[in-house]
Amino acid sequence: MHCIQHNPSTTSLSSSASSIHGQNKFSDIRTQSISVRGRDGGRSMIKCIATSSSEKTAYKTQVSRNENLAKLQAGYLFPEIARRRAAHLLKYPDAQVISLGIGDTTEPIPQVITTAMAERSRALSTVKGYSGYGAEQGEKPLRAAIASNFYADVGIEEDDIFVSDGAKSDISRLQVLFGSKVTMAVQDPSYPAYVDSSVIMGQTGQFQKDVEKYGKIEYMRCNPENGFFPDLSKVFCTDIIFFCSPNNPTGSAASREQLIKLVQFAKDNGSIIVYDSAYAMYVSENKPRSIFEIPGAKEVAIEVSSFSKYAGFTGVRLGWTVIPKELLYSDGFPVAKDFNRIVCTAFNGASNIAQAGGLACLSPEGIKAMQDVVGFYKENTQIILDTFNSLGFKVYGGTNAPYVWVHFPGQSSWDVFNEILEKTHVVTTPGSGFGPGGEGFIRVSAFGNRNNVLEACSRFKQLYK
Amino acid sequence: MYKISTGSSIMHCPALLESRSRLKAQMETSVVSAAPDYFTRTRVSRNVNMEKLQNNYLFPEISSRELEHMKKYPHAKVISLGIGDTTEPLPEIVALSMANYARCLSTPEGYKGYGLEQGNKELRKAIAETLYKDLQIKDTEVFISDGSQSEISRLQLLLGSKVTIAVQDPSFPAYIDSGVIMGQAGEFDHASGRYQKIEYMKCGPENNFFPDLHETPRTDIIFFCSPNNPTGQAASREQLEQLVEFAQENGSIIVYDSAYAAFVSDESPRSIYEIPGARKVAIEVSSFSKIAGFTGVRLGWTVVPDELLYSDGFPVLHDFNRIICTCFNGASNVAQAGGLACLSTEGLAAVHSAVDHYKENARILVDSFTSLGLRVYGGVNAPYVWVHFPGSKSWDVFSEILEKTHVTTVPGSGFGPGGEEFIRVTAFGRRDNILEASRRMKSLLS
Repeated sequence: MHCIQHNPSTTSLSSSASSIHGQNKFSDIRTQSISVRGRDGGRSMIKCIATSSSEKTAYKTQVSRNENLAKLQAGYLFPEIARRRAAHLLKYPDAQVISLGIGDTTEPIPQVITTAMAERSRALSTVKGYSGYGAEQGEKPLRAAIASNFYADVGIEEDDIFVSDGAKSDISRLQVLFGSKVTMAVQDPSYPAYVDSSVIMGQTGQFQKDVEKYGKIEYMRCNPENGFFPDLSKVFCTDIIFFCSPNNPTGSAASREQLIKLVQFAKDNGSIIVYDSAYAMYVSENKPRSIFEIPGAKEVAIEVSSFSKYAGFTGVRLGWTVIPKELLYSDGFPVAKDFNRIVCTAFNGASNIAQAGGLACLSPEGIKAMQDVVGFYKENTQIILDTFNSLGFKVYGGTNAPYVWVHFPGQSSWDVFNEILEKTHVVTTPGSGFGPGGEGFIRVSAFGNRNNVLEACSRFKQLYK
Repeated sequence: MYKISTGSSIMHCPALLESRSRLKAQMETSVVSAAPDYFTRTRVSRNVNMEKLQNNYLFPEISSRELEHMKKYPHAKVISLGIGDTTEPLPEIVALSMANYARCLSTPEGYKGYGLEQGNKELRKAIAETLYKDLQIKDTEVFISDGSQSEISRLQLLLGSKVTIAVQDPSFPAYIDSGVIMGQAGEFDHASGRYQKIEYMKCGPENNFFPDLHETPRTDIIFFCSPNNPTGQAASREQLEQLVEFAQENGSIIVYDSAYAAFVSDESPRSIYEIPGARKVAIEVSSFSKIAGFTGVRLGWTVVPDELLYSDGFPVLHDFNRIICTCFNGASNVAQAGGLACLSTEGLAAVHSAVDHYKENARILVDSFTSLGLRVYGGVNAPYVWVHFPGSKSWDVFSEILEKTHVTTVPGSGFGPGGEEFIRVTAFGRRDNILEASRRMKSLLS
């Protein structure tokens, strides 16, 4: 195989994401795309094309490709956004591209937290301070701090907490736990990792192009008409229900009443809710921050969360999952026990240095520092909200989450994404990347330095005035 | 605390017992209140693959036995030569680089958010250039992980439930256990101590710890660890050539675990890619854990060569990349900074010095057991000493050693039926503990 640098002018940026990268159809196209980050932080796409002479003689193993991977339609969403950004940068090398696409934090980590990590690092070079393998479930003081800071009033205890290297890894570990035979429901639109990990685990059927959905997944439409909460009376019962609130990408936070309905729905159907609360600290209104605020939730829910968006730990990697003791399979076996087995076998704990940082996050000074960081991004969100509102758009989210969900009725979201990128050099995320329910919407993320956010907003005003 | 009785595989689940006794108590009381159901069950079926697993994962089980022993003998000085946990502090240059990196994350210039899921480019390059010098491994073929244990499971997720696997017997339990969890195994057969559908390639003194490949049926995947955990054996070049040829003939993929490569003392290969043709048939998984004491810091890497193709011609690397992007979000950036420091000239020297320390420990242990007239294997190219107690049950030997010398080891049968009659003794430990443990063994076993 030889590799060529992709020439962006030969790319056809069509409006459908799935036609762009035929990564699935390797046998037809004989190309593969690998994205590599350049020095400027942008990504460039390198296409590897098998030359015809090596094609015939290239040794192949006799191992069949995992058909579940073959079902995936395209690359994971966010590397694709990064690839487009990089291609755009190649085309306009002097443009000041502003990224409000991938929800990547930009504010430095508060010193109280990094000092703790630096101290732990140094301690590891001393006899007294050195530690090897940690408990796979996480360091006890951190688990205790998570329980007392986030779950004090809802009866979640230290040993219900499993420390992770971030929500994304734990979502896949939960899928490995559940296995290939469970059925699942997701909000539509939703964070792509739930659907993609489900496909990889073999829980789904083929992708149905006409409806842009994978077979066997129950997509629960969330849109302005239903207040971004699914009409549960129309939802088929599934084993697992993924629910994210405050929501990525819509920015909507479910009310207590809505979550009571969700818990009741799960109870009635014997389902397990996997509740993603990664944005809980962004809640401004009187909305629940944890599913366990709802009575009865302990018998039906798992909660996944993360330090990423609170402490800027997107690169440091730390999160947690709560599995109450009361959560049981149909045969009475505790889910936490099997998850513990997964964590002991498929994982070896989050980095001890990251955990030291996490503990500092949960000190009084750390909590205040995290609240300041969250507050900063919330101000960004307000600026973006105000901008789109002033331009006459229907805008959602932004109050309880760092995402603004802008409606472009009747338009293809990839087309809008392209137009915004082309004309303002601002990267956003097309709603359809989050599922068919995202079509007609654009997600604008509020992570960015203040000047960039202000500049991006003034460019939006120029474009849409 | 999960109990397991020697020789049996019954698991007692404290939470379940507690719930049953609560229910019983509830039924026995005469007061009937409109109390909500305790522990209402969901209707989600337990994953049958999890049910197939016989016991706890091996190492938490060893920890738990050790803890129980410590409670029983609160004044005993228990020495852990069980779990292969590193004990020597990190080299200062490595710790300092991580400390500096962490501090920089508080500055606008130094702050980094999401890294590339495949890992930091400089680290990937450093691994390719330093550890695979002359082996034509490209940085784009190197994926940074948070350690081999996580990566083995990600590889299983990649490969899926339909592949057949072969493992050495005995072997590091994660290969089998992750295979069972993914659905690649049948039921456990108590008589043989093996899961159905998994091919166990016996490795023992009788075959020089290298499987007789003529007797080995074809499987899609072959897990091979060298230098080996638990036997301490490093495969020779000739043996690895046979393995690669075997894989080529059968169209199999080798998952080569080279976590202990730094311990090789003789001419044994340190990477499968030293063998011509391996790029077309092998994935290599490795780790900074045992090289650099990163057992808690969490850092490793996996090499997936461009040329490794599925039967339909699709590159394995491409699907693995998709798994990494979807199921993972990169190793901790602080850990990666530490990894880069390990691969600097000064870092490498410091790291080798720790490895030498453990190798000296291994030599002391080998001498001790040998002086007692025991057959001892390993300990030369790996930090594990594999001691033979013919005719014994390894859990019994483990228990006896623990009871009488307060030294934790690992019973060989925890690594598969091929480990029965053996005990694994780890060479990771503080020097004084190693010496003390050796003294105690001598007095027990002489």
